[in-house]
Amino acid sequence: MGQFIQQLINGLTLGAVYGLIALGYTMVYGIIGMINFAHGDVYMVSAIMAVTFITLLSALGISSVPLMLVLVLVIVIALTSVYGWTVERTAYRPLRNSTRLAPLISAIGMSIFLQNMVQITQGARVKPVPTLLPGSLELFTANGFTVHLAYTQILIVLVTVALLIGFTALITRTSFGRQQRACEQDRTMTALLGINVDRTISLTFMLGAALAAVAGVMVTVYYGVVDFSIGFVAGIKAFTAAVLGGIGSLPGAMLGGLIIGMIESFWSAYLSPEYKDVATFVILILVLMFRPSGLLGRPEVEKV
Amino acid sequence: MKTAMKKLLPVAASLVTLISASAFADYEVAIAGPMTGEYASAGEQIRKGAEMAIADINAKGGVLGQKLKLEIGDDACDPKQAVSVANAMVNKHIVFMHGHWCSSSTIPASEIYNEAQIPMATVSTNPKVTERGLKNIFRIMGRDDQQGEIGGKFLASKFANKKIAVVDDKSAYGKGLADEIAEGMGSKKPVLRESITAGEKDYSGLVSKLKAAGVEVMAYGGYHTEVALILRQAQQAGLKLQVLGGDTLSNNEIVGASGGNADAVMFTFAPDSRKNPEAADVVKRFRDAKVEPDGYVLYAYAAFQLFQQAATQAKTVKYTDLQKALAGGTFNTVVGKLSFDAKGDLKSPGFVVYQWKGNQYDVLK
Repeated sequence: MGQFIQQLINGLTLGAVYGLIALGYTMVYGIIGMINFAHGDVYMVSAIMAVTFITLLSALGISSVPLMLVLVLVIVIALTSVYGWTVERTAYRPLRNSTRLAPLISAIGMSIFLQNMVQITQGARVKPVPTLLPGSLELFTANGFTVHLAYTQILIVLVTVALLIGFTALITRTSFGRQQRACEQDRTMTALLGINVDRTISLTFMLGAALAAVAGVMVTVYYGVVDFSIGFVAGIKAFTAAVLGGIGSLPGAMLGGLIIGMIESFWSAYLSPEYKDVATFVILILVLMFRPSGLLGRPEVEKV
Repeated sequence: MKTAMKKLLPVAASLVTLISASAFADYEVAIAGPMTGEYASAGEQIRKGAEMAIADINAKGGVLGQKLKLEIGDDACDPKQAVSVANAMVNKHIVFMHGHWCSSSTIPASEIYNEAQIPMATVSTNPKVTERGLKNIFRIMGRDDQQGEIGGKFLASKFANKKIAVVDDKSAYGKGLADEIAEGMGSKKPVLRESITAGEKDYSGLVSKLKAAGVEVMAYGGYHTEVALILRQAQQAGLKLQVLGGDTLSNNEIVGASGGNADAVMFTFAPDSRKNPEAADVVKRFRDAKVEPDGYVLYAYAAFQLFQQAATQAKTVKYTDLQKALAGGTFNTVVGKLSFDAKGDLKSPGFVVYQWKGNQYDVLK
C-alpha cells in the first residue's frame, strides 16, 4: 500500500513534466500540422538556463527560495520564448509553403544545432545545482514503508495545475485564443478575415516554448542535474504522450503525459525498471490500434 | 635573372619535397572515446591526457625522429558510431590507437583495428575485450572480473548484515561488472537484481523498489551520472543508500551531481597513480595547466608512453614488430610498470576500494 501511494505520487510528478512538454508538441501540430522535433531541445536549453540563473542568483546573494524560483521562472520563460520564436522564424517560416517533409527535416536540423550549440558553449559535463527545496513530508507509514512527498513534487504539481488553468483560459476566453483556434481550423480563411497568421503562429511557438521552460525549471529543481543531451529522451517521451492523448488536442497531451508517467512509475516499481519503455510503447500501440487518432484526438476529416 | 631562377629551382623543388616528405612521415596516432554525449567528461580526460603526452613526446624529438600527430575520434559510447570511427581511423593510416573507452564500443571497433593491423591500448574493462584472441589489443587497466571480485568480496565482508541489491545499466560494461560483483559476493546473496536504462532522469521507481525491499547497499554496474541521480532521489524518498561501483565512479562530476550525497559512494579503481613518485613531475604539469589528472587522464598519457617506448625498442612502427615489442616488453609509465600476458591483459593489475569524501576520493581502509 505504502509503495503504491508513493509510486502514484512519483508518477503524477513525472507525468506533469511530460504533459507540460507534450503541450508544446500538440499546439504546434494543431496550428501548422508539423512535428516540431526541436521542441525537446528547447526544453533542454531552458533547463540549462535555469541552472545558470540559479547559480547566478545565489551568487548575487538571493537566499530566499520562493523569490529565487519566481525570478528564475520569469527570466527563463522570457528567454526560452525568444528561442521558440527564433526557431520558428529561422527554421520553419521560410518553409511554410513547401512540401510537408521540408520543415520536418529542418526541425531535426534545428534539434541537432541546439544540442551542439549548448555542448560547445556550455561544455559536455553535467550541470548540477544544489538541492533548492530539500526535505519532504512524511505522509504515513504502512508495513515499514514510509511514504514521502517531497516539497519539489508538491511544487511541480501545483505549478502545472495553475498553468493549465491559466492556459485553458487563454485559449478559450481571450482574443488571441480565438485567433489561434481559427488558424488551426483554416489558415487561408483566417488570413482573409484580417488576422495576422504568421504572428499567431509565432506566438504559438513562443507559448509552447514557455511551457517547456516551466518544465525545464521544474526538472532542474527536482532532479538537480541537467546536461545538453536531456532533450532527446524527454522529447521522445513527451511526443509519445502527445500522440497517445491525440495529437492536436490540448487536454489529450496532458492526459497522455500523466498516463505515461503512471505506467513508467508503476511498471518500474512492481515489475522491472528494465522494460518500462517497452510497456509504454506497447500501450501506445494498443491505443493507436483501437483509436488511431489517440485518446482525445478527433479524426482528421477531409474537407470538401 | 633567368639563370638565378634556374639555379634556385631545384633547391626550391627539393625544399618542397622535403617539407611534404616530413609532413607525410609524421606518425598519426589516435584516441577514440565519448567526446560528446552523456559520458563526454571521460572523453575530455582522455583528450587532455593524450594531448599532454603527445606534446611531451614531440618536445623530446618525437618517436624514431618523427613527430606524432593526434587524431581524435568521437564514438559517443555508441557501438555503431565506434565502428565508423574505427574505419575512418584506418583510412587515416594511424599507427597506434588509445581507446575506445566504453567496452561496448571497444569490442566492435577492435575487430576493425585488428584487420587493419593497428595496435591499440584500451582502458575498457569488460573481460570480452581481450578474450577474443585479438593480438593487437593491450589493456592498460584491470578487468571487470578482477574488480568485480574485489568489490563483491568487500561488500560481503563489510556489509554482512545488510541487505544488498545488485543493479546495472544494461551496457556491456555495466552488466558485466554487476554480474562479477554478484559472483564475488559468494554466499551472500543479493536481495534484488535489477537493470535500469541509462540516460534517463527518473529512477524513483527503482528507489521505491529498493526501499520496499529494505536495501541499504547497492552494488552498481554502470556510469556515474545514473548513480548521482539515484542517490538524490533516494535522499528525497528518505532512503539511506550506500553504493559500490567500478572504475567509472571515479569521475568527479559525481560530487556536484549527487547533491551532497557522494560520500555514500565507494568504487574499485586501480591504485591512484597521482601518488606514484615517477608521475610526480607529470602530475605537477597537469595541475599547472589547470587539469586535475584524475580518472583516465594519466592512463591516456601512459598509453602514448607505451607506444613511444615500444616503437623505440622495435625501431619501427610496422605492426608485426611493434606488436611483438608491446607483447614482450616491460614499460615504465606514469601509471607504473606495464607488461602484458598472452591475452594482452596486464600482468599485475591492482584494484583498491576507494570512497568519496568531499570532492576527493581516497583509499577506504
